[in-house]
Amino acid sequence: MSDSKAAVSMRNITKTFGQGVIANKDVNLDINKGEILSLLGENGSGKTTLMNMLSGIYYPDSGEIFIDSKPVSIRSPKDAYDLGIGMVHQHFKLVDVLSAAQNIVLGLPGKLDLKSACARIREICDRYGFDVDPDKKIYNMSVSEKQTVEIVKVLYRGADILILDEPTAVLTPQETQKLFDVMRNMKKDGKSLVIITHKLNEVQEISDKVAILRQGEYIGTLITKDTNPQEMTDMMVGHKVELNIERPEPLNSALRIRVKGLNVVNEEGIKKLTDVSFDIYSGEILGIAGISGCGQKELLESIAGLQKVESGSVVYIDDDGTEKELIGMDPLKIKELGVTLSFVPEDRLGMGLVGNMDISDNMMLRSFRDSHGIFTDRKSPHDRAERIVKLLNVDTPGIETPVRRLSGGNVQKVLVGREIYQRPKVLMTAYVVRGLDINSSYTIYELINSQKVAGAAVIFVGEDLDVLLQISDKVMVLCDGHVNAILDGRTADKSEVGLLMTSLKGEVTD
Amino acid sequence: MDKKIREPLFHLVKRDNLPRSKRVLIRMGAIVLALLLCALLTALTTGINPIEVFGSIVSGAFGSTRKMWITFQDLSVLLLISLALTPAFTMRFWNIGGEGQVLVGGLATAACMICLEGKVPSAVIIILSVISSVLAGALWGFIPAVCKARWNTNETLMTLMMNYIATQLVSFFIIVWEVPKGSGKIGIINQNSHAGWMPSLFGSKYMLCIAVSLAVMIFLYIYLRYSKHGYEIQVVGESENTARYVGIKVSKVIIRTMLLSGALCGLAGLLLVGSINHTITTTIAGGQGFTAVLVSWMAKFNPFTMIFSAFLIIFMKRGAGEIATTFGLNQSFADILTGMILFFIIGCEFFINYRIKRSEKHESKGEEAC
Repeated sequence: MSDSKAAVSMRNITKTFGQGVIANKDVNLDINKGEILSLLGENGSGKTTLMNMLSGIYYPDSGEIFIDSKPVSIRSPKDAYDLGIGMVHQHFKLVDVLSAAQNIVLGLPGKLDLKSACARIREICDRYGFDVDPDKKIYNMSVSEKQTVEIVKVLYRGADILILDEPTAVLTPQETQKLFDVMRNMKKDGKSLVIITHKLNEVQEISDKVAILRQGEYIGTLITKDTNPQEMTDMMVGHKVELNIERPEPLNSALRIRVKGLNVVNEEGIKKLTDVSFDIYSGEILGIAGISGCGQKELLESIAGLQKVESGSVVYIDDDGTEKELIGMDPLKIKELGVTLSFVPEDRLGMGLVGNMDISDNMMLRSFRDSHGIFTDRKSPHDRAERIVKLLNVDTPGIETPVRRLSGGNVQKVLVGREIYQRPKVLMTAYVVRGLDINSSYTIYELINSQKVAGAAVIFVGEDLDVLLQISDKVMVLCDGHVNAILDGRTADKSEVGLLMTSLKGEVTD
Repeated sequence: MDKKIREPLFHLVKRDNLPRSKRVLIRMGAIVLALLLCALLTALTTGINPIEVFGSIVSGAFGSTRKMWITFQDLSVLLLISLALTPAFTMRFWNIGGEGQVLVGGLATAACMICLEGKVPSAVIIILSVISSVLAGALWGFIPAVCKARWNTNETLMTLMMNYIATQLVSFFIIVWEVPKGSGKIGIINQNSHAGWMPSLFGSKYMLCIAVSLAVMIFLYIYLRYSKHGYEIQVVGESENTARYVGIKVSKVIIRTMLLSGALCGLAGLLLVGSINHTITTTIAGGQGFTAVLVSWMAKFNPFTMIFSAFLIIFMKRGAGEIATTFGLNQSFADILTGMILFFIIGCEFFINYRIKRSEKHESKGEEAC
């Protein structure tokens, strides 16, 4: 690490939250000019906290920050901007009803001159290859466009040091490539970039160096081209990790759910599913591939009884062959039919769990009706919570901790743990490892596989095609609400699936 | 950047799980500070010895046995209304229609007392009053609940509007029933027969209110904390999507909870008319439907803690009346004092949620300040 080139040096940074939660401990980090640095670490390893201190959101308890070798004190995001540091957060901070240009100049001192602002925005866009319409309103934008606005906003304020917190988590593979092109252009322009990501292939593709944090501590920095995923993972986790996903052969498969001619129109009147038909077998994983928002959510919610369906049927076939129609049922009625259907929704804290309740009370969500009489049984959910915490190594101060205080991976463990605890006949998961680190991801894959082996019919909606093709027995490709193809997971080819995701075939094949 | 490094003097650190004893200590500290400031203000602006003012506040609330009983009775009514709002608030249903729900409950009671006097025995009137006041309050809660559940209307506006309707309804019936004609008021209902007057309990006419509100408090504590309904209310309040996901019928829970909330408010109306005042006016609820919102919030929706927050407000209100007469200060001065105390109590929540940390440059060790 040559200090002469360092645009930013962080020395012995420590930050604690509340009583005794150490987010960062004695972290040293250098960010060089004209370089892309990946910040790698498990969930809760303190990456975002560290970057938040650089961008003025938090103030370190101790330690020093140097910009261009001069010691600085960053007390607010404004201080950070003045020093040329800008951060694009995981959750966008944009005003929906304003246009891109209005959002970009929002909060800047001086006279409001949108015209010249637009001109400057266009200039920035041309320089780095962004594609953004300054007059477009945020609410009309896709996720990727919103992200572009955030990046332009930071550049507009003259940032030379850019921090991107998990920028690719919400992007399609094509959008990711576009982002990477832009990042390379910025690097050429002499800017320093920090990217936080969990995807090792992206780390290898985009970054020059990788800095690794583990449990709030700085472990080391690697030159990207001299390292490999295995080494990075081992450093991140602290011990060796097996990077293979098993795919046990399906045993005693029997038809479990038959979906026929499903049509769904959402509340805005947009057709989300068109004539969707497929079968799911017990002891099998059906992977669903598709660009985000092309009907996955509606499909799972239709089966779970949460989505109004225009037409079509979802028939559940029990072990003894009796058939039960699930369309028109709500989750409670489905449960009363004796169908144990587990569902890990995309929106964990907004749908699957209650953030302000503790682990034990969240366990109760599925079982609170089971006790007799008008009172709830508090003891068995408590025991269950304890067992799940132990079984899945949930990192929590206790059963009584509100789940919103847990890190992403641990939240997901609680949710998945609760859902598989009911020994489901059908298990549906949506983006189950989104935002999770490698270690937690593999734990979750193992759990899903164990349910498959136990005879559950599994629907696995994923975004990482590599994983999807490794874990699924069958892969169904959705494209704009149509079933574009159903392929054998063992033989399907990644580029073929990628193509099927984006272009609709003339005729739906079965 | 040739900016000199300036460490900030202090910065805020969010803290969680402050031990209960410390939280109580911070709140007590806030009250003491508030009292000191009140004393200072009193001495500076009126020249009256603040100790005397405080003394007269206390004697206003507890100066005689009768004053004490009235304080407790007022406390129990405010507590009852606050409790009534609590299930709705737990569900994040901002029921600010307590005032109206109390009024219609009172109106139903008055109707039973006036229309049935002499026609049926007093006991029957009482039973019918209880039933009708509870139903009337429930109806007043039901209407905004249904609108919310069906059409997702704004419950704050709806419940607020229902207050005005209730007030107008009461003024209409006051004219219908006015005694004597043309006076524009009702006066004491059934002054001679006492028909439909609520009985006294344990030989005291004040005990009924106290007993009812304590019973409701215990009931609500158990209902919200241990029953399946209570759990559903919590889930719906936190996230409607999660509720739907686990098969809770959100609209059913909203309607059921508001029926309960309105019914309990109706019960408060019954006590105000049938047990305390034996008359009805448009201001019989006296803004307590709104004060109750504050009481319930300050207690963080915990039925037991509500005793303290309700007590504080009643104590100041009763004391305020006393200093107004004793020192010739007007009522507003007492309101200023109440306001200052409330400001401190609500403000101290900040110190419960955050810690102020001195920077290390100024203090070698991070010192807690609160």
